[in-house]
Amino acid sequence: MLENKVKRVISFLSPTIIPILFIIFWDLAARKIGNNAILPQVTAVAKHFININDNIIGIGTIPKNILYSLVRVFIGYVLAIIVGLPLGLLMGYSRRVKGALNLFISLFQPVPAIAWRPLVLGWFGVMSVATIFNLDYGPTYAIMDNFKLSMIFLIFLSAFFPIWGNTMFGVSNVQEVLVESALVLGASKKDIFFHVLLPGAGPNIMNGLKSGLTAAWSCLVAAEMLPGSMSGLGYLISHAYELARMDVIVAGIICIGVIGALFDGIYSRISNKYFSWQRLVR
Amino acid sequence: MDNIVFKLNNIGKVYNENEKNELVVIKNLNLEIKENEFLCIVGPSGCGKSTLLRILAGLELPTEGEIYYRGKELKKPTKDIGMVFQNYSLMPWLTVEENIALGLKFQNAPKKKQKEIVDEHLEMIGLTKFRNSKPYELSGGMQQRVAIARSLANNPDVLLMDEPFGALDAYTRIQLQKELLRIWEKHKKTIVFITHSVDEAVYLADRIILMSKNKGAIEVDIQVDIPRIRDRANPRYAELNQQLLDALEELNKDE
Ligand SMILES: Nc1ncnc2c1ncn2[C@@H]1O[C@H](COP(=O)(O)OP(=O)(O)OP(=O)(O)O)[C@@H](O)[C@H]1O
Ligand SMILES: [Mg+2]
Repeated sequence: MLENKVKRVISFLSPTIIPILFIIFWDLAARKIGNNAILPQVTAVAKHFININDNIIGIGTIPKNILYSLVRVFIGYVLAIIVGLPLGLLMGYSRRVKGALNLFISLFQPVPAIAWRPLVLGWFGVMSVATIFNLDYGPTYAIMDNFKLSMIFLIFLSAFFPIWGNTMFGVSNVQEVLVESALVLGASKKDIFFHVLLPGAGPNIMNGLKSGLTAAWSCLVAAEMLPGSMSGLGYLISHAYELARMDVIVAGIICIGVIGALFDGIYSRISNKYFSWQRLVR
Repeated sequence: MDNIVFKLNNIGKVYNENEKNELVVIKNLNLEIKENEFLCIVGPSGCGKSTLLRILAGLELPTEGEIYYRGKELKKPTKDIGMVFQNYSLMPWLTVEENIALGLKFQNAPKKKQKEIVDEHLEMIGLTKFRNSKPYELSGGMQQRVAIARSLANNPDVLLMDEPFGALDAYTRIQLQKELLRIWEKHKKTIVFITHSVDEAVYLADRIILMSKNKGAIEVDIQVDIPRIRDRANPRYAELNQQLLDALEELNKDE
């Protein structure tokens, strides 16, 4: 009994050992260097999380900036799902559609989202959720104007490819014998799609959704460095850089990392719960 | 006339037709399968047994000749022609129960009716306790029983079976052979059954055909005249067994 408890405590603590060592090492190094502009001390960074509601470097609190970033990622990500998922399903299902579109879409895949920045700025300028919905000037406008189309488009692009690609791969890799066994049971084309290909591709689709969110979140810093942005974690970091505030930069990086890891953890949970069959099939 | 279920006219099947190295698997094959017939197909590995069965299922079209199912040309799979595959083919994301109900779902059968039929078939294969298990939680033999139940739940007119008992232990195999005969007699189905085991063919079949690697030619086509339930100790049983084994050996010599 006791042994089991000890084991459980150890397995709970073991993932924290390396981060703790890392923090100790970091603090030792920071004290040795003694220059906050090169490597800030742990306490200098930690104080941003302790006084979480302080207005940092004149651009609002950390939670407010996180919220703006999350909303941007969310909008771009949802758009990527709306476009990428059906397109991936269709292209995985129909060889003809795949033949017609695959080359074209694949051409864009290797281009990093940030390379689109100049073009995207040219297209969308300072258009934002506030301007496209023609909001009146006021507090709502001020908030909605933070969600620039250019930024959302870049996030959309980076999330689109993993979602689209994994979905297409998943559908076209469903075992033929499963399709055939449904056919001999009298399945229609619609049945094959909804009862064989879609669930069969489930694990890959989940994987695509997960990679898509990770990619979108990583793209955030780049997108938020676009002109016109006045908030968000990416902006926090680039603005802190201009002020040589290393402690703020590190705090921002920690936020990006922790939130990204949370996303990953949520998706892994869902995958394990609903799609364990793929791992367990012999 | 109307008790002919399948009629195959000069069927041919060629793979890789456009390329130089085309593979003629079946050529000029003629075959009639009667209603209620229990037909077993034996033959060396790679002689085209599965290919023939897939043509009967409508999963594959012959590259030559015509195939008629109950007088109509067969162009695509139908729920009336069920098939149990050589490899495990259950939907891994569905439970045993949902797998068995799959065909009924495609037919839009009422929920209550689905449950009735599923319960009956779970009982029949002795897996009621496993109704909520996923296929990967079952042994190979249990999975194959579910696959058989899934086909039968759809109440097909014809049941095509591709070495369904190949992966089972001797005891389970004999149990399932008996069970299959019982179902066949009770529900009056036509069964086409591929096996590597001559003994299994002699135990089950009304009629046995032996295919050769020479373009899938039918070398032997015999009626099995032993009354059921067949006794493996019957001298006629052993005689037939030997006759088929000799024919198989002869075929392998020709290679
Ligand atoms: N889709 C395919 N494309 C090309 N060749 C194929 C295809 N399917 C089968 N073949 C070839 O056709 C031949 C017959 O295959 P088939 O699966 O019908 O044999 P079989 O008699 O069922 O063998 P086994 O007893 O080992 O299952 C083999 O030589 C095989 O390589
Ligand atoms: Mg075969």
